[in-house]
Amino acid sequence: MSYKVKLEVFEGPLDLLLYLIKKNEIDIYDIPIATITEQYMEYMELMRMLDLNIAGEFLVIAATLIHIKSKMLLPPDEKELLPEEEEDPREELVRRLVEYKKFKEVAGILQDLEGQRKKMFTRDIPFEVSPGEVFFEASLFDLITAFTRVLKDVPREMFQEIIKDEFTVEQKVHDLLHMLVRTPVMSLFSLFKNSKNKIEIIATFLAVLELIRLKEIIVVQNKNFSDIEIVRNEKHRLNVE
Amino acid sequence: MERTQIKNIIEAMLFVSDKPLFLSEIKSVLEGPDAKDIKDVISELAAEYEKQTSALRIKEIAGGYQIVTDPVLAPWLKKLYKTAGADRLSGPSLETLAIIAYKQPATKPEIEAIRGVNVDGVLKTLIEKNLVRILGRRESVGRPIIYGTTQEFLQYFGLNSLQELPKLEEFNFTEKDIELPEHLKQKEELSQPEGGNSDAQVV
Repeated sequence: MSYKVKLEVFEGPLDLLLYLIKKNEIDIYDIPIATITEQYMEYMELMRMLDLNIAGEFLVIAATLIHIKSKMLLPPDEKELLPEEEEDPREELVRRLVEYKKFKEVAGILQDLEGQRKKMFTRDIPFEVSPGEVFFEASLFDLITAFTRVLKDVPREMFQEIIKDEFTVEQKVHDLLHMLVRTPVMSLFSLFKNSKNKIEIIATFLAVLELIRLKEIIVVQNKNFSDIEIVRNEKHRLNVE
Repeated sequence: MERTQIKNIIEAMLFVSDKPLFLSEIKSVLEGPDAKDIKDVISELAAEYEKQTSALRIKEIAGGYQIVTDPVLAPWLKKLYKTAGADRLSGPSLETLAIIAYKQPATKPEIEAIRGVNVDGVLKTLIEKNLVRILGRRESVGRPIIYGTTQEFLQYFGLNSLQELPKLEEFNFTEKDIELPEHLKQKEELSQPEGGNSDAQVV
């Protein structure tokens, strides 16, 4: 006998329950708890066999199902229950299912709307007012983004060497200031070009941050995600003098 | 100002704008015609676009006006912009958005109670996509964070306002569940089954 396993992916336990209800063509308000519980458990077993991670939420609903099943098997306690209090043990679960189903319907409507909307194109690329010379101060996040990009560009094998701490932030601060005297505007990425390893890149980056803190340099960017330029802060220099 | 000039200015503004333009924005630029005049001009423009079988349409989105392309042109535009329209929201994202859209301001436990699963990840993605935002905190025990949909949400789905979404009460399910034809819905109301109070709130 050959097995053919077709596994639907269920986002959550309520999803699975709705699927079972639909599959069995059951009235949502009159769920045969024993059958559904059995099928639900079978599905959980299948997930376990396939090594799928069974989320805790599946277990909660499993427990709920078993609880309802046992409640329905027990004869109602006549002493404790007044007639009007006698409620269907399934009520709470059904209410949740119906509520959830409504939102699933809405999600379907939203999906249609999404599809329709995607067919209508708009001018969503902001046109540049005067490209080229617009600079704004780069934020710390821009710097970190640039930094991760530099790290990504470094060939992997570099990281495997074990190197002595030959690069210090102090040294890099010193070097950078010297370089800035010669070239007042430098590209951030060019600073990392000759870096020998990760430690050196990090030291350089920290040196840049330190110089920003000391107001020795300013970093500017003319476009999002473009290269960041390091400029000597002449104003500061004058103030100090 | 002459009417044709007003019309041209509005058309130019809509053409240039990369987001829906609010009536108030148009009004403050024109400095003269009142809201009703502007509305009239815009509907006139929109009608002209339709009549001329232009490639463009004027649509009311998120409470503003925007020039969009005629949906029938989508296949060609998709060829031009290969990435456009490729990324769709996932089922869980859409479900979570649906719940927030109706229940806002909603807390995370409220959303989770309906979906029956943890929504941490989905919520994060939706916030990143700017479809959902944190509205603040509810002044109750634990001061939980409350979430709501954004202006971007309306724009994303081409809705003018949240009122355009169908009423939750319109969804009623009965035997063999799934979508019922209109004439059966009425029957269902007459014989509301026990325990079928579907409007109850999950708390």
